[in-house]
This record gives sequence, structure tokens and C-alpha cells, in this order.
Amino acid sequence: MKLNRRGFIGAGAAVAASLSAPMVMGAGKPRVVVIGGGAGGATAARYIAKGSKGAIDVTLVEPSRTYYTCFFSNLYIAGFRELSSIAHSYGTLASKYGVNVVHDWAVGIDRDAKTVSLAGGAKLSYDRLVLSPGIDFVDGAVPGWDVTSQNKMPHAYKAGSQSELLKAQIEAMPQGGTFAMVAPPNPYRCPPGPYERVSMVAHVLKEKNPTAKIIIADPKPKFSKMALFQEGWGNHYDGMIDWVGSDFGGDNVEVNPDEMTVSIDGEVTKVDVCNVIPAMKAGKICEMAGITEGNWAPVSGHTMQSRIDENIHVLGDATNQGDMPKSGFSANSQAKVAAMAIRGALTGSKVFPAKFSNTCWSLIDTEDGVKVGATYEATDEKIAKVDGFISKTGEGAELRKATYEESVGWYAGITSDMFG
Amino acid sequence: MRLGGVVIAVWAALSGAAFAEESATAIGDPERGAKMFKRCQSCHQVGLGGKHKVGPHLNGIFFRPAAAFDDYKYSKGMYAAREAGLVWDVDGLGNFLEAPKATVPGTKMSFRGMKKEQDRNDLLAYLRTFSDNPQDIPEAAPTARKVEVELAPEILAIVGDPDYGEYLSTECTTCHQTDGAYDGIPSIVQWPTEDFVIAMHAYKIKQREHPVMQMMAGRLSDEEIAALAAYFGNLE
Repeated sequence: MKLNRRGFIGAGAAVAASLSAPMVMGAGKPRVVVIGGGAGGATAARYIAKGSKGAIDVTLVEPSRTYYTCFFSNLYIAGFRELSSIAHSYGTLASKYGVNVVHDWAVGIDRDAKTVSLAGGAKLSYDRLVLSPGIDFVDGAVPGWDVTSQNKMPHAYKAGSQSELLKAQIEAMPQGGTFAMVAPPNPYRCPPGPYERVSMVAHVLKEKNPTAKIIIADPKPKFSKMALFQEGWGNHYDGMIDWVGSDFGGDNVEVNPDEMTVSIDGEVTKVDVCNVIPAMKAGKICEMAGITEGNWAPVSGHTMQSRIDENIHVLGDATNQGDMPKSGFSANSQAKVAAMAIRGALTGSKVFPAKFSNTCWSLIDTEDGVKVGATYEATDEKIAKVDGFISKTGEGAELRKATYEESVGWYAGITSDMFG
Repeated sequence: MRLGGVVIAVWAALSGAAFAEESATAIGDPERGAKMFKRCQSCHQVGLGGKHKVGPHLNGIFFRPAAAFDDYKYSKGMYAAREAGLVWDVDGLGNFLEAPKATVPGTKMSFRGMKKEQDRNDLLAYLRTFSDNPQDIPEAAPTARKVEVELAPEILAIVGDPDYGEYLSTECTTCHQTDGAYDGIPSIVQWPTEDFVIAMHAYKIKQREHPVMQMMAGRLSDEEIAALAAYFGNLE
């Protein structure tokens, strides 16, 4: 057929018409709605869209247009990274992978009708729903603190403006002042996070404010990578950091944001900066969907399906899954298992046994990086640890530098795995 | 030093007057350079029978234009460098070794760079012993190159399932980037199958040092390693 100009225009018009009528063209196409665009949700959206090559409609609901990764936000506080370097947008997920990115809050889930209501009024239907909302804080977890105090006593445990605020407060501390942290009880997002945070604060203070002190009130008797951190604190910040664990009253804490005081086991201390990281629970939407037991959403490790509703998969920090720590790496790993299971259920693609892994890198001081990691498999009861490793105390500077450089490579890797 | 001096003298005689001035002074210490080359040899071969592996072989590299082999697939960045006229002379190689990513943006060489000038010079002196007569490469002396892991032929013969490899690869791509970019973690795309399989088995039996990789490889079966090699080997 000879295509003349007129015919070409006509063909173009037909294509345009079909694009403007997706409900007709897309009828019968399975729909996946993903709530939360972090390490779990963004990865799941990308892998479902990429793997199904358009056979599944993927909608990602995420209120933030710019996403700041929690991982590496401590490095921003220390000045090792620019804030812009941990900021990501969703443009590539939309343009390259065809994910329908909706910047709105999910405010309700009707599990019988299989719909998600958005704050803006829209309603989204799904065949499978992926919930990856991260964490919220447990009300009243730290007496004296609630979200209205988060400007005076920031948590900085959801990255972005809170990280900027905490950084500014640390830099404005008077000479010889006191930085206090109220650490969270288990389980919580990023087990080494509070202690990397303290290391990074100490790094700033050592340069700008060497007579300042750091006090950590901790409701736990021990913490992740404890030997590594304590060795590092001794090497780099001797005498600056005072960790008060639960054996010494660190679990009996009250704060007063107006007076800027912290009471630890009855002893009141005036502080200049107070970083309160309260106890955590699954992002509120999980509770609203009625898929939580206690503070978390129980899931099957084989598919990351909710144990309460098989049409819902839950990822990352919000889950109760077994042995994996709550980390961005874990969420990313779980997202791939869920994406495979969802594609298998909706389009019949091949399904393989679930495998998971995690590695958490932490920075103690300039080029002094450490890591801990493990592999996992799904059993009927839980996600169970298979094998693991941890950095050793007394490692040489070259190895620690290599570990840090590896963490920089990992950051580039996981963010391109999430956002494309 | 003595070896280097002899080779350079021969090379100067063969290649005429054009480079005589340069060759009159040794670049560096080739014996020390042979030790530096250990950092390169997991990807590059040089010497008698040298073949393309993860990286191209380095026989006769001096004064060759960048991306010159037809039977090796370079990065787009390296082809662009060739277009721009990059030639592997002492300066070209030296700059590239010092800062690979800055010199050839997009190169898939996963090497952070060799910061000390003396190290680079010694390495180049060593490499130049394999460039004495670029027309007759295999005449250069062979380098001892031990096989990392002796694998049974049936393991090497396994034909991997790339679909399974694609699923398994999702565990790798949390750190290793699928476009081959290197920001601190090496590229693993487009490796020859055998190199990939041998490297993974070397991690699996903890012969290669790296706790994460030992752990990841530790639970992979022979078929799974072959599947990953098949998938990543053909990833564009």
C-alpha cells in the first residue's frame, strides 16, 4: 500500500483515538496499585511494569514529588553528601517504564471492592495491591514528645526537611554544648541507623565543636554492629559519646521540648539538640486496611502476600516477615519477590523460589566504613536467615576505605534499581 | 630493569627513529610493573596466547588507537574516544590509568584509577615489553597466569537458562548496575561466560576475597551460576 499524506494523517488520528480511550483498549488488563514510592514500592512498580512489558497496568501512589532516601541521609548530615544527591524523582518510572505515577495520599482501602481512595477524591481499582508505606511513629512512645514537637526535637528518620533541620541544629550548637539522642526500641527501620547518625554527628562536632558532648538514651541493652561502633567511637571520638543502655536506665526517658531537657532514669539534663527517634509501627495505611497484627503487617515469605488478605502484598519496613532487618536493601529485595509473584498470578509468567538478601553499610568516620549482611529464604513460617557476615573489629584502613567506596557504589546501584 | 632495557632497545631499533627519543629513557621499572599488573589480570591478558577476556588483551597496545579490535565489544564511551582520536601512547595510557572514568566517560573498565605516577610508569614499562613489535604480538614472552579455580568440564559446559538468570539477577542489581556503570561496585555485564562462571565459583569456595560476594555465591548452584552468566553476558 502506498501511504500518501492524507492516509498517514488518518492513521495518526486512529492511533491518537486509541490512546485517548484506554478504558476500552485496556479492558481486561490486570491492574496493580502500589502505595509508597520508596525502596519497596518504587522497585516493585518498576519490576512489574518492566517484566510484564505493558501487560499489567501499574499505578504508583506516592505523595512526594521528590523522594529523599533515608539511606545516606546521615552522610548528608555529616557533610559527605549534598542533599540533592539523595533526592530522586519518578520521571523515569513514568516515561521509560509506563508506570502511572500519582502524587497523592492513599486515605482508604476497600478490600471487598478492591479499591483505593485517594485524598484528592479519585478511586483506583486493583487486582493486586502492593503496600510499601514505610513506618510511622507509635503515639506516646517517648513521654513528652509528639509530632508537634518535631521542629524542636527532630526525628530525622524520614529524610528530607527533617534531615535539613537536624543538620542546621547541630551546626548551630554552642561550643561545648550537648547533643542527645533518644534511640528506638526493636524492631525499627535501619538497625545501625541511630548509631551511624551518632557517628556522623560526632564527625561534625569533632571539627566544629570539639568540646561538645553526645549522650544516647537507649531502651535496648545492645545494638546493631555495637562492637564496631564502640571501637570506632573510641578511635575517632574518644570521650565524646556517652551511650546509656537499658541496663543503666536508658529505657526510662522523658523529654521536654519547651525546656529542651531530657530526663534519663530521673536525671534531668539540659541539652542543645535532641534527636528523638520514637518506637515505630507500620505506615498508617496498613492499619487502615486492616492487615496489621500488633504494630506490623504479617506476610508470607514465599510471595510477600499479607497473611490477612491474599490480594495485598506488603513490603519493607511495614512488614512482620521473620529474620530480615527493616532496611532499604531488604525492601528492594522483597519487592522483586513480590513482583515475580504478582506477574505470575496475573499473567502466568514463570515463578521461581523466593530468595532474599540484605547488606547494611555504615560509616563511622571519613572512609571508615563497616557492613553487615545476610541471605534469606522463605519457609512456611517466615523469611529465615541462611548465611551472614559482619565486618570485624581491628580491620585495616584500606579495607575500611574499600567498604566505604563499595557503599557509594551500592547507593548508585540501588537507586537506579528503584527509579530506573 | 635489565630486561626492560633490552626490550626497549630492540623496540627502538625495530620501530625506527620516530620514537627513538622517547625510548631512550625507560618509562619505569617493568619488574615492579609486573606486580602492579596483578591488579589488572582478573580482566586483561597480556603475553603469548593472550585473549580478550572481560577486557581486551593488551598485547601490542602501544600506539594502537582506542577501541581498535573488531572482535571485542567496547563501551560506547570507548568508541567515542576512538572517534575523538585517542591513541594509547604513554600519555594516553597514563591518563586513562590515572582516572579511567574521567578520561573515557562511560568506559566499562571497573577500575578506580592508579593515583601514583610511579605505579603507572612501572605498569606501562611492563606492558610495553609486550608491545616491542606490534606486528608480531605472540612473540612476546608468556606471562604466568594461573587458573583461579579448576572446574570440571561438565560445570563449564552447563548452558544457563537466561530467564532464570534474569530472576536471579535481581539479587545482583541492588548493587551492580545493569547499564554497566561503575561507581564503586564493578560492572558484571557482558562478561565472557567462562570468566563469569569461574569468578563466581571462586567466590563460592571462598578463594576470592569478599564477604558479600562469598555469601551471595555461596548458595548458588552450578546451574544458577550458569544462568546468571547467560543473562548478564548478553545484557545490552
